[in-house]
Amino acid sequence: MNTMLQAARVGIATLSFEAVSFEHRGQPLLAEVSLRLEGCRRTLVLGPNGAGKSLLMRLAHGLLTPSRGQVRWDGPPTRQAMVFQRPVLLKRSARDNLLHALAVKGTPWRLRRLLADGALAHFGLADLARRPARVLSGGEQQRLALARAWLLAPDMLFLDEPTAALDPAAIRAVEAAVDDFHRAGTRILMSTHDLHQARRLADEVIFLCGGRLLERTPAERFFSAPATPEAAAFLRGELIG
Amino acid sequence: MRITATFASFTTAAAIGLASITTPAYARDDAPYITLASTTSTQNSGLFDAIIPLFTAASGIDVHVVAVGTGQAFEIARRGDADSLLVHDTAGEQGFVADGYASERADVMYNDFVLIGPADDPAGIADAETAAAAFAAIAEIEAPFASRGDDSGTNRAELRLWDAAGITPEGEWYRELGSGMGATLNTAAGMDAYVMSDRATWVAFDNRQHLDLLFEGDPALFNQYGSLVLSASKYPHLKHDLARQWHDWLLSDDGQQAIADFRVKGQQLFFPNAKPDARTSTAE
Amino acid sequence: MPQHDSALATALALILERDPTLLGIVGLSLQVSLSAVMIAALVALPLGAALALWRFPGRGVLVVALNALMGLPPVVAGLAVYLLLSRAGPLGELGLLFTPGAMVVAQVMLVVPIIAALTRQQVEELHHEYHEQLRSLGLSRARMIPTLLWDARVGLLTVVLAGFGRASAEVGAVMIVGGNIDGVTRVMTTAIVLETSKGNLPLALGLGIVLLGLVALVNAAAHLLGETARRRLG
Repeated sequence: MNTMLQAARVGIATLSFEAVSFEHRGQPLLAEVSLRLEGCRRTLVLGPNGAGKSLLMRLAHGLLTPSRGQVRWDGPPTRQAMVFQRPVLLKRSARDNLLHALAVKGTPWRLRRLLADGALAHFGLADLARRPARVLSGGEQQRLALARAWLLAPDMLFLDEPTAALDPAAIRAVEAAVDDFHRAGTRILMSTHDLHQARRLADEVIFLCGGRLLERTPAERFFSAPATPEAAAFLRGELIG
Repeated sequence: MRITATFASFTTAAAIGLASITTPAYARDDAPYITLASTTSTQNSGLFDAIIPLFTAASGIDVHVVAVGTGQAFEIARRGDADSLLVHDTAGEQGFVADGYASERADVMYNDFVLIGPADDPAGIADAETAAAAFAAIAEIEAPFASRGDDSGTNRAELRLWDAAGITPEGEWYRELGSGMGATLNTAAGMDAYVMSDRATWVAFDNRQHLDLLFEGDPALFNQYGSLVLSASKYPHLKHDLARQWHDWLLSDDGQQAIADFRVKGQQLFFPNAKPDARTSTAE
Repeated sequence: MPQHDSALATALALILERDPTLLGIVGLSLQVSLSAVMIAALVALPLGAALALWRFPGRGVLVVALNALMGLPPVVAGLAVYLLLSRAGPLGELGLLFTPGAMVVAQVMLVVPIIAALTRQQVEELHHEYHEQLRSLGLSRARMIPTLLWDARVGLLTVVLAGFGRASAEVGAVMIVGGNIDGVTRVMTTAIVLETSKGNLPLALGLGIVLLGLVALVNAAAHLLGETARRRLG
């Protein structure tokens, strides 16, 4: 749908983790992670609880600063957006949430209403435009968060367990939205607990365990023949980490 | 953008609020006025409410009265915040002229102080020969006495009387309140204390409870009011022309008559006694 | 007690008779206090929000100072403004002393610490919830201020009301810098002090009841507004 977006995506800057470690109060939470993300693939971050998935996303998005090592972007400036597990929406109407994001982005005043209503319609929220965002259902709130990310036309989108608290219908809507972003040329980095979801969405998988990056593999190979015993155990549903 | 709109309307509202506040002040600039620092006794008795409209009608000048204790009135004038001064502390006023803050002082009127106390009069001051004797009687039995304790004209006069009686008032019974006349009367009424008041405030005072007027008439209790013309060289920004008109009107036949005509509950409270030849004057 | 009865009767009579003097006093009280609160809010809301968002050396001291200033005795504020605006003071040229403008200045001094300190608390809490999302959206700290203030608006309404309560109830400051001049700077509270000192307690108490009613009215209006917003915004 959004050819304007696609045209802008000639080359997305390369995101590199160079021996990135993160500690909190002396506790090492992420150790020596090195990683390069290029192009506009869908990369799924998998791993047990406490593996450091959210941390990896936040470091990549710049919400946190590494204790050691560095996170680098090489190439043209990137627009980024992030969708959190629990969407943080402003205490305003659904539409005003989108208008706010557009205002921050610097979209000309006259275009904002048009773009916001377009995004609301695209994510099936047109009827809820004037409803306060905080009283929407969980699925509606997450769709609104996606619509907000959509309006930012990101080169790279981070999704941190975006479907963890949602019912199946809402999960389908989120996955459809991820596809939309992908088709529009956005690089996706998404963490999830849901292996089925990972199978449906992933081009490749990053497997974290105990704060270490154990494996980075194309999706098909990860699910059929994981390289590490930890990943194999994880796929069998055993408790690890 | 909605936020900007909100802030914009906020700012506008504030601006309008400010404008509406300052406008009356500017509007009043067209109608000339002076600021008069004076005492609570003249204000609370209603004297100004009676005579200022007459002056305004005759001169077109409004008088803004800031009524405070005599000590504070001197301070306001000393800082150049009042155009004119009407107080009752002759010695202090003469000192004010001598120090160069004021160029002229004139007697305007007097009222008198009265001694108030519980109606049963435990110290028996109603029978005293003089005010000093009455004070001595109160100190003798250490009956509660409420003093202004605020360096006002009344307070200063009271201290002079203790001095005349040869007594240094101190102890549990002598309560320095640090309050205006009305507040002091309220407190005295609450604790059945003796208190010295100017007659004007007493006559107009409604919350008497058990208090009664017990002693009056000693010339030592006369309370002289003086009007001061502030120094034009020291305070060039003041409205000296207008203040001069007020000063002169107070001393004029019209002004003196207005003071004499003022009555509260049928009683005359202030007695005009301006004597043009008695004005003290210093060269500017 | 008969005195209370007559005070209530006096209050009622004051309201019913629409005494022009009383209306003038009420009008001036509202004008002065509302202006002071509005100006204070314009200063203190962004100030409090900025204090919630920025970390810098000396911030702790500033926060404690602001909290302490919430308890600034009105008389002290009045005295400070008096010395400032007096002819002998640094701003004497303005000729503001003994005008409503001076009263506004004094009340602004009293209200700014309240609004700023309480705003800091509320914005800090909200920022805790919002900061990742706002940073993700690319907001600079300065740009966060209007966003957070607007989203905290329901709570901040109460904060501003607290400021209004302080402004309209205080007497020490306006007495000193306004001078309680009849028809010029006489407001509800100074009128009450004056009537008390005249021993006219029923009238003083009656004025007090009118003042209380007025403050209650403003609070009720704001409460209604806040509740509606709360219900609508979830």
